[in-house]
Amino acid sequence: MGSAGYEQLVADLDETAVLEAWERNLAGSVRAQVAPDQLRAELSALYRAFVAGVRSGDGTRSNSFDEVRALLSELSTSRARRGFSPTETASSVFALKDALFEVMGVTGSSDQLELSRAIDDLGLFTFERFAAAREAVILNQSEQLLELSTPVVKLWDGILAVPLVGTLDSARTLVVMETLLQMLVDTGSAHAIIDITGVAAVDTQVAQHLLKTVHAARLMGAECIISGIRPQIAQTVVALGIEFGDIATRATLADALRHVLNQAGYDVVLRPDRAS
Amino acid sequence: MERIPIYQIGNVLLVSIQIDLQDSDVIALQDSLSERIASSSAQGVVIDISALEIVDSFVGRMLSTIAGVSRVLNARTVVVGMRPAVAITLVELGLSLPGVETALNVERGMAMVTGSTAAATASDTAADANDDVL
Repeated sequence: MGSAGYEQLVADLDETAVLEAWERNLAGSVRAQVAPDQLRAELSALYRAFVAGVRSGDGTRSNSFDEVRALLSELSTSRARRGFSPTETASSVFALKDALFEVMGVTGSSDQLELSRAIDDLGLFTFERFAAAREAVILNQSEQLLELSTPVVKLWDGILAVPLVGTLDSARTLVVMETLLQMLVDTGSAHAIIDITGVAAVDTQVAQHLLKTVHAARLMGAECIISGIRPQIAQTVVALGIEFGDIATRATLADALRHVLNQAGYDVVLRPDRAS
Repeated sequence: MERIPIYQIGNVLLVSIQIDLQDSDVIALQDSLSERIASSSAQGVVIDISALEIVDSFVGRMLSTIAGVSRVLNARTVVVGMRPAVAITLVELGLSLPGVETALNVERGMAMVTGSTAAATASDTAADANDDVL
């Protein structure tokens, strides 16, 4: 595209007129949600970079368009974070085409086609950046989910519970182990219940991770019990030949709590006269 | 060489390790503790390792040995205050301190080996017995 003839087309245009038309052509939702001053600043910076790129006479993937691409990246990233749709984001760029043709008048010349193609290319680039930014947001959220999904709750004086949800891998187990052990120290609890009701599957590796956690707690002087073992999982555990040894296991959290209360010296009594 | 003080409180010997131990310190402690258990006819030994940031296999073996020695001399050994990071490291290394009882802090450790020993074991046995019923 070194011989692009469209640079002459753009060079003669009135910048203010193009910017006004561009802004008018933007999707209504973008105009409604972005402050007018900010929008104008974005558009004029982008337009100047675009004109500079076009003047160089090189293709849109060349170094001359570096600044345009940087501005577009920034724009798509911020749009992605603010929850704009892909169409709204990409049409910000395509609106420039309409604006340019509106100001220069459509002649259908090959130079105009060239210009149109250049803007299409930038639109695609915007789209790419938009997708990348969304992926980054998703990745970030799944990391936050990892931290959020390992709460340690206090069930009773000296009794903690860790409800595990999802899959257990080494990274996750380490987070669970560290949080649990630290909480044991902080609260001076001698008992902990690890509830695996929400764990999708238990294989030898997951069992290994659980055993490690229990042994580490034991070294610190606290006793762990594993609850929430569904029948399916009990069968898997036996089929795989996993030995829990002298670690207490229970089917439900309620059973586990009763066992631990008992061990801690509490008596849970039903009073028939108060039972409803 | 650092000397680790051994305190006698009633029938219990309390050792609080406040410094990272050299191998020679470990051996000296093992010797003097064995002697004290025998001479004082203590019924319990509480070893506080809450200040230790590193417990290697040598220290681990010393703890197991002291537990064994005191068992022979009719005393109970409780290691208290192990830090979470230390516990995780020991488990990752596959060291489980066989024969060593543990407690969260000195208070609970003392309760385990002194007067409430009877109460603690009683409630444990009771719980175990109840277990079968549950």
